[in-house]
Amino acid sequence: MKSNGTTPILQVHGLDAGISGKTILKDFHILVKPGEVHAIMGPNGSGKSTLAKVLAGDPHYEVTKGQVFYQGEDLLKLEPEVRALHGVFLAFQYPVEIPGVSNASFLRMAYNAKRKFEGKAEVDPLDFEDILKEKLKVVAMKEDFIRRSVNHGFSGGEKKRNEIVQMAVLEPKLAVLDETDSGLDIDALREVAEGVNKLRRADNAIILITHYQRLLDYVKPDVVHILSNGKIVRSGPASLALELEKKGYEWVEGR
Amino acid sequence: MTQKIIQEITSQEYKYGFQTAIESDTVPKGLSEDVIRMISAKKNEPPFMLEYRLKAYRHWLTMKEPRWSNVSYPKIDYQDISYYSAPKVSEKKKSMDEVDPELKKTFEKLGISLMEQKKLAGVAVDAIFDSVSVGTSYKQKLLDVGVVFCSFSEAVEKYPDLVKKYMGSVVPHTDNYFAALNSAVFTDGSFVYIPKNLKCPMELSTYFRINTEGSGQFERTLIICEEGGYVSYLEGCTAPKFDTNQLHAAVVELVALDNAEIKYSTVQNWYAGDPKTGKGGIFNFVTKRGKCAGKNSKISWTQVETGSAITWKYPSCILVGDGSTGEFYSVALTNHFQQADTGSKMIHIGKNTKSRIISKGISAGHSNNSYRGAVDIKRSAENARNFTQCDSLLVGSNCTANTFPVIDAQNPTAQLEHEATTSRISDDQLFYFRQRGVSTEDAMGAILNGFCKDVFRELPGEFAVEATKLLGLKLEGSVG
Repeated sequence: MKSNGTTPILQVHGLDAGISGKTILKDFHILVKPGEVHAIMGPNGSGKSTLAKVLAGDPHYEVTKGQVFYQGEDLLKLEPEVRALHGVFLAFQYPVEIPGVSNASFLRMAYNAKRKFEGKAEVDPLDFEDILKEKLKVVAMKEDFIRRSVNHGFSGGEKKRNEIVQMAVLEPKLAVLDETDSGLDIDALREVAEGVNKLRRADNAIILITHYQRLLDYVKPDVVHILSNGKIVRSGPASLALELEKKGYEWVEGR
Repeated sequence: MTQKIIQEITSQEYKYGFQTAIESDTVPKGLSEDVIRMISAKKNEPPFMLEYRLKAYRHWLTMKEPRWSNVSYPKIDYQDISYYSAPKVSEKKKSMDEVDPELKKTFEKLGISLMEQKKLAGVAVDAIFDSVSVGTSYKQKLLDVGVVFCSFSEAVEKYPDLVKKYMGSVVPHTDNYFAALNSAVFTDGSFVYIPKNLKCPMELSTYFRINTEGSGQFERTLIICEEGGYVSYLEGCTAPKFDTNQLHAAVVELVALDNAEIKYSTVQNWYAGDPKTGKGGIFNFVTKRGKCAGKNSKISWTQVETGSAITWKYPSCILVGDGSTGEFYSVALTNHFQQADTGSKMIHIGKNTKSRIISKGISAGHSNNSYRGAVDIKRSAENARNFTQCDSLLVGSNCTANTFPVIDAQNPTAQLEHEATTSRISDDQLFYFRQRGVSTEDAMGAILNGFCKDVFRELPGEFAVEATKLLGLKLEGSVG
């Protein structure tokens, strides 16, 4: 799965997907090219998180129709861990707590799994700690974070920052950030957003899933999509988000 | 999707379930004074031993099988068990190299080498096959520095005074139903004597193997550590797969004198019964107790319980000596239809005595896992301290975990702490790992290891690694 400048990072065609027999995404389409940041906005229940989970391969979700190409290849046939190894990253809306497993060892497992997949030598704990300390700076995370258990006893803001630290360590090709801004106060929001900006590159892509326009003040999207009832009902430049903020979701839902 | 992967790896079988084809000298099933006399005669025991057995048997007859534990099992027919089974050997072997090759092969297959040249680095092994010890490695070398490490039978013969003095001093023959039964019919076991001020230069280890169908295993272990001595001892166990239940009722007694320290570790992997039906498996009813007889002495129990259909055991410490310390570190894993009721009892008698209980219960499948503990502070125990932590981890939604802690403090200066948590390995946790590129198996390993690390770090060196692997193996396919 090599991407050159012209292969899109993500192409979704006519996707129907849902959970427990209920179809949530209906005939969903999107095209994301390298270097782009797409924002997907929409009210609760419009299918934003379903999209994130389906891309990541959460086994609870089922795809009933349509195709997903990641760097030109069929993404849906890959197991979740294989998708991750190929560079698909999901910043979870609700990151889970894993007591007893330190952030350092969790991230080293993930980092080394990727190194191994790429045919590179694994990194020992000491070297990894140096790598990790650098990455912590991306979102101004304190160093004691390294020894703490993954998300265990973390505040809501710390959990969201942790997702971005992980993104910084794993350097994904496609990062889907599922409401990473929710639950953050204004300072934390700015720091997390700056972290995301630092991770933007010409050869990767980011999908920001959000309720609110405020994250987009800091991370400028190339395209904004408005999702309603499982379908993109409007796409446009960054200014679309501002317009939406003024007019509310009723505007696009045509109520 | 997860479901599918899980099913693929579920078929992991109990790999120690084979039976060795070897001719055995097995006494007919049944229990009576005659059978006990026969066992005693087969072992050429001195009269005091036979008397002890008979006394225990007569007491046992007056007792009732305890049913207070949180496990259920069919009635045990004590007349349907053979109380003695030994591989046929013409004469006692002087060195390990003379041990029956078939037996040696069995232990090799279990990963236990009895050949000293191929031994586990720095570990002396006593191998017990059904009712008897088939050989002890490094015996002579240890004896040269003053450490006695031999089978219990040999100790009765060669060190009768020590046996007479200490046997039953920690677990009397009247203690409980299974201890009384053991005292009547025990066949062999290990004996360790550490002289004054000696730190035992290597890990001592006993490996128990039940081979014959329909036989029970009733072994006794006695470890005596004189003033200032130190010993670390490890016990391992496996059994073949049989559809019938087998009874294992052992007694372990530890005695630590002034400033002595005994570290006793167990990795128990008896056959747990059929994973689908729960049929067969070992009933593991064991009494383990240590007495910190001397001042500032220390006894530390570490156990990793992964096997047996039923586990009923409470390694305990009686803290008599002032300033003595008792510790209990436990990981008990139950899967499929296994039941475990395990924990510890710390009895504080001396002043400034300390105890620590760290219990980690992991339940999966349809299993039932209970922690039962007692902290008993006697009136004489000024400034006693206890810290207890019992954590339960649930895997899947058909298992149960319980804790039954009891605290009895008779002295107002006691400081007691008790912490308990219950958590679950969830699909969401596993998916989180997978989304970061880590496989389900590695994720399970990391979570289990994280849960158990406070206990595993108490295990001697390479056994910690073994224990981690064993847990992973036992739980494969439990999350779906």
